[in-house]
Amino acid sequence: MVELVNVSKSFDGRQILKNVNIKFAQGKCNLIIGLSGSGKTVLMKTLVGLHKPDYGDVLYDGKAFNKMSASGQIDVRKYIGMVFQAGALFDSMTIEENVMYPIRMFQKTSYPKMLERVNFSLERVNLKGVNKMMPSELSGGMKKRVAIARAIAAKPKYLFCDEPNSGLDPQTSILIDELIYDITHEYNITTIINTHDMNSVVEIGEQIYYLHKGELWWQGDNENVLNSDNKELNDFVFCTALTKKIKQQSEKK
Amino acid sequence: MLVLRRFLIEFGAYLLLMKEAFRKPQNMHIFKRQMLHEMDALGVKSIPIVCVISIFIGAAVVIQMILNLDSPIYPSWIYGFASRKSLVLEFAPTVISLILAGKCASMIASEIGSQRISEQIDAMEVMGVNTANYLILPKIFACLVFFPLLIILSIFIGLIGGGVGGLINGLSTFHYIEGLRMEFAVYDIVYAIVKTALNAIVISSIAAFRGYTMKGGSVEVGIQSTKAVVQSSAIIMLLNLLMTNLFF
Repeated sequence: MVELVNVSKSFDGRQILKNVNIKFAQGKCNLIIGLSGSGKTVLMKTLVGLHKPDYGDVLYDGKAFNKMSASGQIDVRKYIGMVFQAGALFDSMTIEENVMYPIRMFQKTSYPKMLERVNFSLERVNLKGVNKMMPSELSGGMKKRVAIARAIAAKPKYLFCDEPNSGLDPQTSILIDELIYDITHEYNITTIINTHDMNSVVEIGEQIYYLHKGELWWQGDNENVLNSDNKELNDFVFCTALTKKIKQQSEKK
Repeated sequence: MLVLRRFLIEFGAYLLLMKEAFRKPQNMHIFKRQMLHEMDALGVKSIPIVCVISIFIGAAVVIQMILNLDSPIYPSWIYGFASRKSLVLEFAPTVISLILAGKCASMIASEIGSQRISEQIDAMEVMGVNTANYLILPKIFACLVFFPLLIILSIFIGLIGGGVGGLINGLSTFHYIEGLRMEFAVYDIVYAIVKTALNAIVISSIAAFRGYTMKGGSVEVGIQSTKAVVQSSAIIMLLNLLMTNLFF
């Protein structure tokens, strides 16, 4: 289980996260939503240990990750997969080498077995025959799928996705959402996703956390996110023309 | 005072990064592969530029010797002797190190810097990779092993260039080779290798530090690459002065 306990984080005297307490639902899609600059990315980077909290703890199965030794952190990180906003694929490596990287680095497995796992991961994200291609030869959606394949290649217990469908067309966004949702349930992974895509919120948000100016403002699921009386959340959720229209229609009914 | 404070902060950060880099590699097989790759990128691919620079420097040094020591009181072997001393002790280890600083420091800083700004380093860290060790140590080792070999090659090519330059200016090959062999001291070669090894560490580690600690966007890649070249060149010159004073 992943948990944040009283986590605060500042940069150059500017407080980004203020006393955040979250217990993420195990084996489910947890969505962190909020406006740009609300602290979502800092929260995610704090969760995976790229930022150290000024106060508070990040707990993995009850153990404070931020207080562990370097070797202790590495042991936890072997079970973490992360999909970065821009994919963060290693541009000097082929797709096969990218997906194989976490396995090759930490697991003593033969090459055929590694290749088998790479092919399985690529097939799982509906990418076949791209093994020898370079990341620069792929489209934005394909890069995201390779990043997901790399994240699941080493069989993680926790999957973190930082805005997985930013910069993608609506159809590809839906495919990526469905893929993340399916993988989460197929392998019983605890998935934590940063997003401000309302479609993702409605479709895969089993547990939703709304961040507002670095504070946890609201939490719930995709059933009650549309019916909340929280003003800031409603301003965020119903800011697009489409969501406004849906709300007006439901109010008329 | 502010400059000193900034220098101390940066120097501290540099030492901490090197402490992380000089750890036992997490996967020795990948480390060896990375090192061979870096030897090719930083060493083998520098051979052409080293050869070109060395042949011209060698020729220019001998021509200068002939022009400036043009007196009947000097023995005919003096040109080969003085050129060898100049090439082995100064021109090859220092000038070629400066050339390598220009080529390799900018390459290392921009490569690591680009990986930093495109979140590739973050991606590795999340996986549990000691990125300082994985990215920096193979580069330092590759430079440490290959740069001295390049300097030996540079000395050899430089002396050939000197022979050609001398021949064109009327110096007989016999007298030139006689000068090259006169009072040959292995110590000079050892000194050149040690100096180059130190320069290799300076070039690779400073460039890696500049790239690794980069913040910002693509403009910063250029700025930090330039800083890597300027700072490593300045330290090479400082080291050269210190070593010349200490060992001679």
